[in-house]
Amino acid sequence: MTDAALVAPVGKLRRPDLSETRIRRRYAAERRFRLYGILAIGFAVFMLGFLAITVVAQGYTAFWQTRIALDVTIVPAKVDPQNTRLPESLIQGDYQAVVRESLRELFPEVDSRADRRALNDFLSNAAGDDVRDMVLANPALVGQTVRVEVLASDDIDMLAKGRVDRNVAEADRPIKDQQIGWYDKLDKEGHVVSSFNTGFFTTGDSREPEQAGVGGALMGSLLTILTAIILSLPISVAAAIYLEEFAPKNRITDIIEININNLAAVPSIVFGLLGLAVLLGFFGLPRGAPLVGGLVLSLMTLPTIIIATRAALKAVPPSIREAAYGVGASKQQVVMHHVLPLAMPGVMTGAIIGTARAMGESAAVLMIGMVAFIVDIPKAITDPATVLPVQIFLWADSPERAFVERTSAGIMVMLVFLVLMNAGAVVIRRKFERRW
Amino acid sequence: MALAAQKTQQTADGGKMDIGGAVLTNPNVKPAVAARVGEAAKMTSRKVCVFYGPKQALFDVDLDVPSRQVTALIGPSGCGKSTYLRCLNRMNDVIDNCRVTGDIKLDSENIYDPKLDVVMLRARIGMVFQKPNPFPKSIYDNIAYGPRIHGMAHDKTELDEIVQTSLERAGLWNEAKDRLAQPGTGLSGGQQQRLCIARAIAVSPEVILMDEPCSALDPIATARIEELIDELRENYTIIIVTHSMQQAARVSQKTAFFHLGVLVEWGDTEQIFTAPRDERTQGYITGRFG
Repeated sequence: MTDAALVAPVGKLRRPDLSETRIRRRYAAERRFRLYGILAIGFAVFMLGFLAITVVAQGYTAFWQTRIALDVTIVPAKVDPQNTRLPESLIQGDYQAVVRESLRELFPEVDSRADRRALNDFLSNAAGDDVRDMVLANPALVGQTVRVEVLASDDIDMLAKGRVDRNVAEADRPIKDQQIGWYDKLDKEGHVVSSFNTGFFTTGDSREPEQAGVGGALMGSLLTILTAIILSLPISVAAAIYLEEFAPKNRITDIIEININNLAAVPSIVFGLLGLAVLLGFFGLPRGAPLVGGLVLSLMTLPTIIIATRAALKAVPPSIREAAYGVGASKQQVVMHHVLPLAMPGVMTGAIIGTARAMGESAAVLMIGMVAFIVDIPKAITDPATVLPVQIFLWADSPERAFVERTSAGIMVMLVFLVLMNAGAVVIRRKFERRW
Repeated sequence: MALAAQKTQQTADGGKMDIGGAVLTNPNVKPAVAARVGEAAKMTSRKVCVFYGPKQALFDVDLDVPSRQVTALIGPSGCGKSTYLRCLNRMNDVIDNCRVTGDIKLDSENIYDPKLDVVMLRARIGMVFQKPNPFPKSIYDNIAYGPRIHGMAHDKTELDEIVQTSLERAGLWNEAKDRLAQPGTGLSGGQQQRLCIARAIAVSPEVILMDEPCSALDPIATARIEELIDELRENYTIIIVTHSMQQAARVSQKTAFFHLGVLVEWGDTEQIFTAPRDERTQGYITGRFG
């Protein structure tokens, strides 16, 4: 191709093509483009809606718990073997037996050993705990008959929530025909009650679905995320400010920048292995503690926040810096008084993205032992704990039917937790947002 | 110092001769260094060269800025007048690969002395920019920022006083006194520029540098700023870069013409506009190029 080919022949005046077809084609192209956008959004909304509906439909019942209302006669011989009415004695009582006895009274016809066991399966093995707590709070109840709503077992809970298909062959059901008959009788007599499941939010994990809650995992997640954000936010903002505003631009800072960008793409399991080798292996920090989880997750969020902060600092208009320099502000004053406040919304966005990622992280925390079966709610960052995504994973892995709804409920709790955290960050971001 | 004084003396004589005599029109002659009138020079530049990386933007600029007068820097785009202006308060330090050589003195102090504190220098030499750039804070905080970081006020009353005097001097007090807590960015363009001038004078500078302060403003706002510049001349030495020759003629007492990084000619504004000595100056002010 020579230049001659590009130059229009001299003398021929070229005018824009205003023909109808060209205009029609342009309009069509624009309509098509808009349609693609709408289709993409529609698809995203559909998938999100599908996910939300599935999770809610599966899990909303977990927020209610079936209980059996019984008139429990607190037999002194059973609950107070030493007959002293002192807490030391009362705490040793066999309350489960007391509750079983009062359930059996409702079914005088049940007498065979096998039938009795089938009837006992109605009760959670924590049913006696409710009575024990009442008695410990008020020892005068010993010897009296009180109406107590005790925890039903997970199978009865499922039956009450209609999650057990009565049409399935008896052998394939966890609940037998005889038990269904007893249940219907209890239900008719008003012994089956359903109440809001506060235990789900306050208890730790359990092998029994009706006793399992997200309280432990929620607390573990909170402690882990707090540790992570307290460590990573100041470090990454300081690193970003130094790299962007103060560091000389040379080969070393270039290498550092490339490495930070690469770090953002490292799979989380690698961070987990690093935590396992260095934090647990070398420094001997406690296994499965939120402290270690927070350290690992802060490593993961560092690059995200650094990159977002640097982009936000870069976006502050130079006129603001010049104005500040012009009235005699030092470099540090320019950055701290003017540039950083204006970059704060961007910093917060980075922090939100980083924290959200850390919040949903399971691979990294699995490696440092936050996957254990932990019944106690962690009270400090050195207590063994687990986090919400790992708790969900553990429940999803359990065979009991009642864990299915708990898994979905756990997902809902995690999403709500995430939304609340993000909303908080958005509010903070709004506070910092300024126009110029 | 002694040498510089001698040189000034020499050329001062030469300068006087020129005014009386015929217009000198040898374009190859280096621009004369001259304090043609006897007033004290506030800022003196000798052999100032500026490099952006390998590219040289200013060539051996020698210029004396008289105290309490308005000096206008004119010239076509890219001629180096803004670059020169930014040398005067070391604003070019902020640019990464920018290098300045030569001597610039404020009174008799070399401003490129490594021992000199650049922050204090910028407090003494204020600057107003092309685009009004108030901080995204309240009007009050815009003015109070400089005095605060320089510890100029000991209590709230003193600070209030500084804010009020600065706004009064910038002719913005009557418009802004009822809305001091509102953001400075909510003002109109002309008001914003006067706010920026008020912000500059709040730290009591000796010299105010203005980089095309009216180029983003309408004619009425421009007229107000020009009026203001004329009033400020009583207390401050002002150096203004402008693209408008009419503006230079209206507000300045001295004019310097830059072309392609060279200070071609400078002197009394009247002389530059009525009897330029250099062909290039004549060509520019008569509109043949630029």
